[in-house]
Amino acid sequence: MGTKTEIWQGTLALMILKTIKTLGPLHGYGIARRIEQISGDRLSLNYGTLYPSLLKLEQEGWIASEWGLSDNNRKAKYYKLTRSGRKQLAREEKGWNQTTAIVARFLEPAEDQS
Amino acid sequence: MRKLRAWLLRFKGLFLKDAREREFADEIESHLQMHIDDNIRAGMSPQEARRVALMKLGGIDQAKEAYRDRATLPFLESVVQDLRFTLRQLRKNPAFTFTATVMVALGIGASVASFAFVDAALIKPLPYQNPSRLLFVTETTPDIPRANFSYPDYLDWKKLNRAFDSLEVYGQRGLVVSTSAGMEMVDGARVSAGFFHTLGVSPLLGRDFYAGEDLPEAPRTLILSYASWQKRFGGKQEIIGQSITLNEIPYVIIGVLPQHFHFAPVENPEFWTTLDPGRGCFIRRSCHFLNGVARLKDGVAIEAALADVTRIAKDLEAQYPDSNRNQGATVAPLSEIIVGDVKPILLLLLAGAVLLLLIACINVASLLLVRSETRRRELSVRRALGATRSRLIRQFVIEGLVIVVVGSIAGLISSHWATQILKGLIPTDMMAGMPYLNDLGLNSRVLMFALAVAGFAAALFSFTPTFRLSTLDVREGMAEGSRGSAGKVWRRIGSKLVILELTTAMVLLVGAGLLAKSFYRLLRVGAGFETKHLITMRVRAPLSAYEKDEQALALQRKVVDEVKSLPGVTSIALATTLPLSFNGNTDWIRFVGRAYNGEHNEVNQRGVSSDYFQTLQANLLRGRTFTDAEDMSKPQVVVINQTLAKKYFPGEDSIGQRFGDTDLNPKSIKEIIGIVDDIREGPLDSEIWPAYYYPINQHPDIGYSVVVRTSQADQSLIPTVSDAIRGIDSRINISSQTTMTQRVNDAPTVYLRRSSTWLVGGFAAVALLLGVVGLYGVIAYSVSQRTREIGVRIALGAQRSTVYRLILKEAGALALAGIVIGIGCAIIGASLMRKLLFGTPPWDITTLVCVAVVLGASALLASFLPARRAASVDPMTALRAE
Repeated sequence: MGTKTEIWQGTLALMILKTIKTLGPLHGYGIARRIEQISGDRLSLNYGTLYPSLLKLEQEGWIASEWGLSDNNRKAKYYKLTRSGRKQLAREEKGWNQTTAIVARFLEPAEDQS
Repeated sequence: MRKLRAWLLRFKGLFLKDAREREFADEIESHLQMHIDDNIRAGMSPQEARRVALMKLGGIDQAKEAYRDRATLPFLESVVQDLRFTLRQLRKNPAFTFTATVMVALGIGASVASFAFVDAALIKPLPYQNPSRLLFVTETTPDIPRANFSYPDYLDWKKLNRAFDSLEVYGQRGLVVSTSAGMEMVDGARVSAGFFHTLGVSPLLGRDFYAGEDLPEAPRTLILSYASWQKRFGGKQEIIGQSITLNEIPYVIIGVLPQHFHFAPVENPEFWTTLDPGRGCFIRRSCHFLNGVARLKDGVAIEAALADVTRIAKDLEAQYPDSNRNQGATVAPLSEIIVGDVKPILLLLLAGAVLLLLIACINVASLLLVRSETRRRELSVRRALGATRSRLIRQFVIEGLVIVVVGSIAGLISSHWATQILKGLIPTDMMAGMPYLNDLGLNSRVLMFALAVAGFAAALFSFTPTFRLSTLDVREGMAEGSRGSAGKVWRRIGSKLVILELTTAMVLLVGAGLLAKSFYRLLRVGAGFETKHLITMRVRAPLSAYEKDEQALALQRKVVDEVKSLPGVTSIALATTLPLSFNGNTDWIRFVGRAYNGEHNEVNQRGVSSDYFQTLQANLLRGRTFTDAEDMSKPQVVVINQTLAKKYFPGEDSIGQRFGDTDLNPKSIKEIIGIVDDIREGPLDSEIWPAYYYPINQHPDIGYSVVVRTSQADQSLIPTVSDAIRGIDSRINISSQTTMTQRVNDAPTVYLRRSSTWLVGGFAAVALLLGVVGLYGVIAYSVSQRTREIGVRIALGAQRSTVYRLILKEAGALALAGIVIGIGCAIIGASLMRKLLFGTPPWDITTLVCVAVVLGASALLASFLPARRAASVDPMTALRAE
């Protein structure tokens, strides 16, 4: 299994938003499982920490929640993306790509080093 | 924006706790169920499935806690917790809570009420444009630092000055207005045309006076005060252009002044008219009856203005040596003329209140200190359980804040009442001179002051126990019955605070003592006549009916006869000016048969009827008084006072001597026929001026004061006398009906000292009480801390008297320090209020000794109780107790 990576502060929100966008309205448990799956079990996600993040996103108005029924007929709270949440996700994705691109350049082996 | 929204939601989260907790519990529950379902599907046993699900979640409570932190504002939430805890603690200690709150309320209430007065009188700007550039300008004489302008002098000053943008004059005048109820005497003012323009005040309605409207040929116009407009004309707009008859002359109403306009130097004027020069006093350079108000030119300093007008006065003196000899000039900020008199008493009020506030705060602070001492164990336990220092400090801060907030609200409410009550205590006559006190109230400046005071108190209350906290040793605090450095630290701070309290109390007590002594002295100076059982009133007959001297004389005699025949009246007299009014209404005299070089022999001049001295029970020293028969047909005679006799006839008999006006005009020559002991014409604290009394029958008048000596309760005779006079002629106007005793009590000099004595006395009494209670607190606490030590001493054979001495010595040292420092501060403080003292130096030994004895005795009493408790300590119990 190898060493598991801790989730950076801030990236969890991005993962949550992306997950909800991809899968549509989803409950907390589903989001947690999905994030773990996507990371190929390389992330150690403490499920409990997901909920304050969801609450924060909801307080900021990116997502909204309502109670519904799960696939196996269990009551669950479903989170869905709002319109502003969609825009925010696009912004964050762009920002993240830029950041990683910059960081990646620093980490590339310098070619003209001689 | 998003952040703000999140904050608001979290703030809201503070209040919807239960519903949210339930919902999140449901959400976690459903999360777990789904996870368990999946795990079972993956082949785990139900127990295993649950265990793994919980592990993955990281614990239900931890999840809930993390969620809660995000849902609300954890900091605020803990503050709310602290607040609840504080309220619970305060409820558990009702005596402490009550005492602390009442003290804060008392301190804040007194200081805010005093500040409201100071604000209304001294801080709030006068209702004029740029009031700091306005000056009071007038002439001076060697005897009168602020004399009046004569109209010709004013015109010259106006023309010749270089320092003022404008120079205007004003004067008070009595007006008779005919109403449906008969003739009514009202206060009015006469001003030069540019007066309101100079003040920068424009009428609310209508127009200001035109330039030149104060010249003899101009039509008579007037401007109404707002109050008069409301009262007499129901606030109707149409009154502009209407005419009203004053002093039997028609005037056209041209304007109404704004509601908040006031001009204290002229009392209560209902009608503002222009000057009507061209006759009488206006054409005489020696007739002084106006005061000036000027607006300084930009860039001109007040000193330069004084130099400028002094130069003019000098020039005029050279030009008109006869009338203007020794006439100087004076200028002062207008605000000083308006509020200068009340300034010392208001500052005294504020100083007293602030000192009281200080004592109250110190007492509360030391109560808090004692409390923090008794909570040592609780604090140590909390600290040991992991409470951070800042959390413990916050607890104290919140406790201080709660006390201050509750106390301040109570204080503000009581200060509102206090201002109303204090305002009600000011006699109407004095209130007329202080119109700025009319809009006294809790305005924004006063509230800012209250906030500042409350902030100071809150800081003090949270700081004091916090300071104590820094000496807290957890282990020591928790050890049962331990006593270490902590108790000593408190005793050291506490005793400093008590010295400060006693010092403050001492200052206030000395102040009260000095003021009381001044007041006593003032009332003992003697008026030169018997003030009891005298009633006085002002009478004015219509000029049209009594224009001739014979008519006026006949009326004077009739008034005397009618009143004299009333039951209960012993005697009656008439006088142009009542005693105890003012020095002024003077005459310049020149003695027959003496060298004269033009000096101004300025003396008070009073016209009185034949029974005047007998009615006042003044003491005739030599010669005789007038008879009723000495009227216009007889040679002119006068009675002089002793001061005149001593000043101008030292070592010489003045009876039979003659004097006249500065030209020795034959018509003015009068012969001295008697010398009377000095009657105080001015206020009680003023000097006695030379004065002469002439028979009013020789210069009959239509307006004068009536003095009636009664054999019984004077107050009840006032209506009888008034009716009798009105019965002679219903057009006679009667005003200012009062008794001489009342006049003495309401006189500003007396009133000022009486009220300051009561005010400072009240503050001092409360300060003494609080200071002594504070001392008691410190000593009692010290005894409780030393119970064990005292027990050991007694067990080792110490006498009870030794124990007494031990405790009383501790208290005595504190009281002595307070008294000694207090005497020093009090002398400094009393020097600052010298203006209010009369015949008493700030270092008056009797007062200082008396006050020191009072404070010392009270301190002894306060420490006696704890000392007795210490002496009665049972050594066995004391040693076993801990």
